[in-house]
Amino acid sequence: MAEKRKKKLGIKQRYSMLTRGLGWDTTYQDMDKVFPYDNYEGIIIHDWEGWEDPFRLTMDAYWKFQSEKEKKLYAVIDSFAQNNGHLGITDARYVNALKLFLTGVSPLEYQAARGFTHVGRHFRGVGPRVACQMQAIDELRHVQTQIHSMSHYNKYFDGLHSAPHMHDRVWYLSVPKSFFDDARTAGPFEFLTSISFAFEYVLTNLLFVPFMSGAAFNGDMATVTFGFSAQSDEARHMTLGLEVIKFMLEQDERNIPIVQRWMDKWFWRGTRMLALVAMMMDYMLPKRVMSWREAWDIYFTEAGGALFADLARYGIKPPKYADIATKEAEHISHQAWHIFYNYTHAAAFHTWVPEKDELDWLSEKYPNTFDKYYRPRLEYLDKEEKAGRRFYNDTLPMLCQVCQIPMGFTDMDDPTTISFEVSEYKDDKYHTCSLGCKDIFDYEPAKYVQAWLPVHQIYQGNCGGAEIPDVLKWYNFNLGADNMEYNGSPDQKLWDEWQAHRKKA
Amino acid sequence: MSRVVSITLQNNDDARPIIEAIEKDNPEATVNIYPGMVKIDCEGRLIIKQETVEELLGREWDVQELHLSIISMGGNVDEEDDYFELSWNL
Repeated sequence: MAEKRKKKLGIKQRYSMLTRGLGWDTTYQDMDKVFPYDNYEGIIIHDWEGWEDPFRLTMDAYWKFQSEKEKKLYAVIDSFAQNNGHLGITDARYVNALKLFLTGVSPLEYQAARGFTHVGRHFRGVGPRVACQMQAIDELRHVQTQIHSMSHYNKYFDGLHSAPHMHDRVWYLSVPKSFFDDARTAGPFEFLTSISFAFEYVLTNLLFVPFMSGAAFNGDMATVTFGFSAQSDEARHMTLGLEVIKFMLEQDERNIPIVQRWMDKWFWRGTRMLALVAMMMDYMLPKRVMSWREAWDIYFTEAGGALFADLARYGIKPPKYADIATKEAEHISHQAWHIFYNYTHAAAFHTWVPEKDELDWLSEKYPNTFDKYYRPRLEYLDKEEKAGRRFYNDTLPMLCQVCQIPMGFTDMDDPTTISFEVSEYKDDKYHTCSLGCKDIFDYEPAKYVQAWLPVHQIYQGNCGGAEIPDVLKWYNFNLGADNMEYNGSPDQKLWDEWQAHRKKA
Repeated sequence: MSRVVSITLQNNDDARPIIEAIEKDNPEATVNIYPGMVKIDCEGRLIIKQETVEELLGREWDVQELHLSIISMGGNVDEEDDYFELSWNL
């Protein structure tokens, strides 16, 4: 490689030419009127040129690389569909993780596209505007590719037919939905702290990296490919998250306490939402790559530890309640699965008691908790189910006013006692599931009293009727197919037929 | 306190020369192989050099082609025409 191609400009200059000098200060209207949102949060910016985008991706290079990613991805999706790739997955139970993904996560990609489009308009600095614009386009690509990939499964499996409709209505989907609603109704700097930093930099690895590796391990070529294709953009989004934090912290020391409070809030909200992912990893992957606990150690304790050590020079501390979240890693997947096992008649995916070898795996991965607290309960439920008494919980659970998860999580130091907190606001009592959620409520009660809590809404008669089947029809569920225990489901019947066919062949 | 920087790449034909180049230029790095992906950790800093990737690949390689293979990373990014580096401030 003696003859190196000569570029007219270096990467830094090219990036600067294509992102700087394009903005201008308005004169017909006051700048504060044109950009009304970027200072009310209290973040003080002295010099917008201080914004440094670590990935110096210019628009022309962006389109070139994105189109190449799309070509590769669609070649795989097409081939997967053409060759009946769904027959190659390890087990039909796995598809239930995709149902949760399509109804719970993919609509968030769309919410992210809307959020980044909005804040990309409202920063007066051009650096963050360009970064937000690219990310908005990425997010739109993610929701589209996810729907395209998973539409193949919709031809054969139940529960995948109405993702956007369900996302707006179904009780457990209000957990991820309210997370993004909360972020998008905050100011632009809090939005970037919540989505780009707390979610994308600190926590998204836990969803997209080990879970997608699990999809690869379970033969789901389509999901791995869209997952890693999305994640290749995500690496760029992560740097945006870290950059916005450093930018705010370097501009003015008065920004530090604001940023710290947002980090504490969004770290906690993020870990709450990830309870769903914890359960997907420990219970819904027939072949498992690593436990939720192991993923937490790698991606939060180790990677997050290095990150917060780096931010310490600005006076930033690790998120409040990080110690509680780490304790939860021993429990949360088991408790979340148990909640869904109770309410799977009201969910658009199936649950089940893991098979013996799977229980053994959980015992091995969770030596401190699984045999003591969770295995006996699962074995009891299994016995009941085999005796024709599959347990479903017919009462509606109380939801946390902030994270909207049913209040079934326990005190982490006493896993037989349900954890809950109470706050008062204007003579009414509000319940939260944890100290983390209570802090969030207490800081902005006027915001969280407006929460659209599915259970309250059902009781108020706003969700299709008084009986559970009325509500489920309002959710657009196909009763008896989408919901209930996996054993005996139409999904299982179809899968068993395919397997019998394979044996015969 | 651990100061590990990390990069995760797809385990496919495009990424293999990059992985090999990282191993060559960062002898301290630990390579973890998972289904579908490879996570490389290194204490303090990790560099990907264009020259090494080009040697292994036998063609010109734009550092930004990394965007096609990257899955995740941890560390502050320094991207230049001829290298890509991750580091934590020590």
